[in-house]
Amino acid sequence: MPDMKPNLFANVEAKPGSAKPDPIIVADGITRQFGGLTAVDVDHFEVQRHAITALIGPNGAGKSTFFNLLTGFDSANTGTGTFNDMKLDGMSSANVARAGMVRTFQLTKALNRMSVIENMRLGAQHQSGENVFTAMLAPLWRKREDEVTAQAEELLDRFQLLDKQDDYAGSLSGGQRKLLEMARALMSKPSMIMLDEPMAGVNPALTESLLDHIVALKDEGMTVLFVEHDMHMVRRISDWVVVMAQGKIIAEGDPHAVMANPAVQDAYLGSHHDTDLFEERA
Amino acid sequence: MDINDILQIIVAPTTAAFALAAIGLNFHYGLTGLFNMGQAGFMLIGMYGYAITVSQGGSMWLGILISLVGAVLFALFLGWPTLRLRGDYLAIVTIAAAEMVRLIGRSQWLKEWTGGNTGLRGNQFKPPFENLSPFQPPRIVESGPFSFHTTTWWLMLVAWIAVAVTAGLFWRLSKSPWGRVLKGIREDEDAVRSLGKSVYSLKMQALIIGGVLGAAGGVVWAHGNAVQPDSMGRVTTFWIWTMLLLGGAATVLGPILGSVLFWAMFVFIKQLAPLILPDLPPQQIEPLALAFVGVGLILLIVFRPQGILGDKREISLDA
Repeated sequence: MPDMKPNLFANVEAKPGSAKPDPIIVADGITRQFGGLTAVDVDHFEVQRHAITALIGPNGAGKSTFFNLLTGFDSANTGTGTFNDMKLDGMSSANVARAGMVRTFQLTKALNRMSVIENMRLGAQHQSGENVFTAMLAPLWRKREDEVTAQAEELLDRFQLLDKQDDYAGSLSGGQRKLLEMARALMSKPSMIMLDEPMAGVNPALTESLLDHIVALKDEGMTVLFVEHDMHMVRRISDWVVVMAQGKIIAEGDPHAVMANPAVQDAYLGSHHDTDLFEERA
Repeated sequence: MDINDILQIIVAPTTAAFALAAIGLNFHYGLTGLFNMGQAGFMLIGMYGYAITVSQGGSMWLGILISLVGAVLFALFLGWPTLRLRGDYLAIVTIAAAEMVRLIGRSQWLKEWTGGNTGLRGNQFKPPFENLSPFQPPRIVESGPFSFHTTTWWLMLVAWIAVAVTAGLFWRLSKSPWGRVLKGIREDEDAVRSLGKSVYSLKMQALIIGGVLGAAGGVVWAHGNAVQPDSMGRVTTFWIWTMLLLGGAATVLGPILGSVLFWAMFVFIKQLAPLILPDLPPQQIEPLALAFVGVGLILLIVFRPQGILGDKREISLDA
């Protein structure tokens, strides 16, 4: 046997709404209207398990709204969805997270007035001390707290934040806060992580390590779906790219094929994205 | 000037009553970031629930139970429509609801139970508690600078034990995983939701606990004074806020220190005013003292927004 992982997408058709061999998310007929505006109108959408899928598209394409619909932060006007064969319809955002799909935000939501380690502990599940009655009796939750702390320190170490653990999150740099948010999301040991523009506002030096972290998540068996405008990053780490424009999925495929697609260039990248601006004028 | 008056107010039942209400508000604002602008309403619910039950022939224990259950129901009633919305709505609804309780209390409609605008006299509801006093026979007892009737000593003992127990409860809960989730909610609800916590339910729990403590403060206050609806108006809520912010929100001892300082300052100014302004009519002394409390609050926000015991990195008014 060759020591190569099988290409999960070998037999997947590169067309909008294509079926995947082992989908973790399946959504059908999802629409979301704001007044007269249809922000999202997706016929069929599948996300392959154990892969990194990128969701790209121009501003206002409905990517973030679609993200919010999938994670329970908004409810769709029509449509159904499943995550790990669980029905997502009407599920609260907290329940979606408990089911194993955890998200981060475009504008980082580190809890600035709490310490880094407390931020991390907050991400853990199954802490009985979060019940108001058991909270009064420390022996009932102390053991779990120790486990959670150990797990948090391990993750902080991996994300090079361990020496900052007692600092307030507000004292971290923007990029470190992004790392903290991602590490915190991992505390719940999710099966899927949804990253909303993980690179926005992160300096180039940190970008590399952030990319490595995301790839490492896949190697650990997690499924990653991310929204991103940085095409360099999309090309580097994603296995599959989904393109949205005006609320609809207009193309799917592997990164290189998608970026060569004339429809994608029209809607998003621009037909002259390779040409120099001054050359164009001359 | 009588220094003993200032020392007496520091340990008085009124100070303990407001410390309880301020600890309750600390659960709301300090821990969870909820803007409850109607803590006086919870105090009124507590004092009416207790005093009406006892004056209608119920036992003291039943009175306490009814006042606390009343606060739970009041919190559910206020929180149910507002806790899903932005924080401002809770503030609007609580300030209006507290006024509703006061206006219903003082209306002639339920005069038979509430006593209308004159309220309920102490002897209608105080005897069951006072009869439990271990300090017999009833007389004035002096101890150091303090000179109180035995019933007041008994009330102060119970009230300050209640304050200590409540402060312990706040300490335990604020340093527990439950308290951590609430602090997260104070910072950013959506972030906490994205981590799989039921934000609505936790905010409701905080609102209920803080409200119940407000009601307990109301019961103590009624025992130290009488049931009088107009003594718990909008201004009372702002007093409680001043105490909390003065002592330091989100701290264990802040609300207690705040209540003590507030009342000591109040009595001090009331004593000082006639010495400095001998022509001031007596009925204007109290408003003047309150005006100084307002100035104090402004200075506090300018120079120490986190309060005396607070940590500026964790919570402060100017952020």
